[in-house]
Amino acid sequence: MTPESGHSQSGHKSIRSEILAQVKQVAQEQDKRLAPLTDDLPLLDSGLDSLCFAIVVARLEDALGIDPFSTAEDVGFPVTLGEFIRFYEHAGK
Amino acid sequence: MPARFLSGPRVNVHLGDLVHGSSLNGHLEALRGRSVLIATAEQLPAALALIEIDGIARRIVLWPSGAALEHLPFVIAAADVDVIVSDGTLLGQLETFGVASITCGTEIVPSNYGRLPRHSTEWILLTSGTTGRPKLVLHTLASLRGAIQAGSDLDAPSVWSTFYDIRRYGGLQIFLRAMLTGGSMVLSSAREPVAEFLMRAGAHCVSHISGTPSHWRQALMSPEAAKISPAYVRLSGEIADQSILDNLQSFYSQAKVAHAFASTEAGVAFDVRDGLAGFPAALIAEPNGPVELKVEDGTLRIRSGRVAAGYLDGERELADPEGFVDTGDVVELRGGRYYFAGRRDGTINVGGQKVHPEEVEAVINRHPRVRMSVVRPRKNPLVGALVVADVVLENGPEAAAGIETEILQLCRATLPQYKVPASIKFVTEVAVASTGKVVRQYA
Repeated sequence: MTPESGHSQSGHKSIRSEILAQVKQVAQEQDKRLAPLTDDLPLLDSGLDSLCFAIVVARLEDALGIDPFSTAEDVGFPVTLGEFIRFYEHAGK
Repeated sequence: MPARFLSGPRVNVHLGDLVHGSSLNGHLEALRGRSVLIATAEQLPAALALIEIDGIARRIVLWPSGAALEHLPFVIAAADVDVIVSDGTLLGQLETFGVASITCGTEIVPSNYGRLPRHSTEWILLTSGTTGRPKLVLHTLASLRGAIQAGSDLDAPSVWSTFYDIRRYGGLQIFLRAMLTGGSMVLSSAREPVAEFLMRAGAHCVSHISGTPSHWRQALMSPEAAKISPAYVRLSGEIADQSILDNLQSFYSQAKVAHAFASTEAGVAFDVRDGLAGFPAALIAEPNGPVELKVEDGTLRIRSGRVAAGYLDGERELADPEGFVDTGDVVELRGGRYYFAGRRDGTINVGGQKVHPEEVEAVINRHPRVRMSVVRPRKNPLVGALVVADVVLENGPEAAAGIETEILQLCRATLPQYKVPASIKFVTEVAVASTGKVVRQYA
C-alpha cells in the first residue's frame, strides 16, 4: 500500500510489521482511509480516530503480549507513527 | 380431578396431605409469633414449610440457595430471627448462629393440632445490594399476591413451573400463583441439569412456565426443550429482546408468550402479551389500574399496592416520598413504544460515551446462529474501556468460521462505532447466576 520507511533491526522487525498490519486491519474494518504510513506521520493525521487506536492497542496486546500505555511510567504518549512503533519496541525488550 | 401436588427433583408431595400433616415434625406451634428464617438446600421442603408457617409466624425470612453464608449473621440480626427452620443440609452447625432451630423435610407426618392463623405474616426476601451484602425487602402476603387473580385464565387445574428459585421474588410469584389458584407446581433445583428439569416438567404436563430470558436461552439449547408443551410461557427478570420472544413463540407455537416487568422492591408491574419487546407508551400515558408508571431521569418508576413496604435495615428508602420506586432500569421511547436499554448503573464507558451491554447483546442475538451472548468491558488505556462480546453459537464454537464477520456487520449496520464489539470470543456457555440472570462485570 505505502512504502514503509525506516530501518528494520532484527528482533524489532516483527513488532513493526505487527503494528502496521493491525493499523491497516482496523482501518479496513472501520472503513477509514489511511494516510501514507511513514514514521513521521502524526497519529492524529493518520485517518484513525482514538477509538480505532484503542482497538489497535487492544489487538497488539493480544498479539504481542504487551501494552506499553498501561505499563510505562511517566512517559509522553507517542505523537508520530515512528514514536508509536519505538514505544512498543522499547516495551518489548 | 387429579390431586394437587408439589414436585421436586427426587420426590413428589400431595398437598392434601398437609391438611392434617406437617413437614415440621409437628413443631409448628413453637413458631407462633416468631421471626423464622427458612434455609433449605432444596426448594420443596422450603415450600412445604412456607405453606404451614404463613399466618403462624410473625415474620418469615426466605434464605435462597446461592446466598453467601457469610451474610447469615447480618440477616439474623437485621430480621430479629428467633428460629431457623432447616433441612439440616445448608447451614452446617446451627448452634453457632445463636438461635433455636427446627428441622423440616419433605416427609409429611400426620399432625392433629388445629392450625389457627393469627398473624399477617411479614415475608422478607433477600435481594443483592451493591456492596455484596443483601438487602432485606419487606413484603406481606397482600403485596405479594396483588398481581394474582384467583381463578383467572383457568378452566382446568393448572400445573405451574419456573426455572427460578421460589425463594426469590420471581419464583415466589409463581409459587403463590399456583398455591392460591388451586394449582400444582413443579419446582426446579439448582443441582438438577436443565435437561432433566425439562423432562420432569414435561412428564407432569406443565401448563404455565416462567423464567428469565437467560433461563429460556439455555432451555432452547437443550435437546429436551421439546419435552414440554406449555400453554403459557412467561419471561421476567431481564430484558426480553425480540430474538428470544420470536424464538420462543416459534418453538412453542401453541403457547402464549408474555414478558413481565417486576422487581423484588417494586413488585409485579405489568406484562406484555403482544409479542414485541418493550411496552406500549400508552402504559405510561394513560394510567389505569392498580399500578402507576412514570419515567423520570430516564428510568422507570413504579407505584402500586404490590410495592414492598420497605427495607428492613432502614438504611435507605425503598420508595420516594410519593411512594414511587425507582427501578434503575433505563427506558427509551421509540415510535410510540418504550424499550428497556439496560441498568442505569450498568453502562460501559467508551471514551466518555455510554454503552448498555444489553443493547449490544440484543443486536448480536439477532444473528440466527447465536444462542446467547454477553457483552463486557475490556479495560483500555486510551479510551477507558472497549466493548467486547462472548458469544454462544448454535453448533458450538467450532462452527464460528465466517460468523464473526457476519455478527460484526450486523452490529455496524445498527450501532454507532463505539458500541460495536472490538472483539468477539466464541464460548461454550455464558455464566448465569443462581438468580437466573447473566453474571455481569462493570468497568
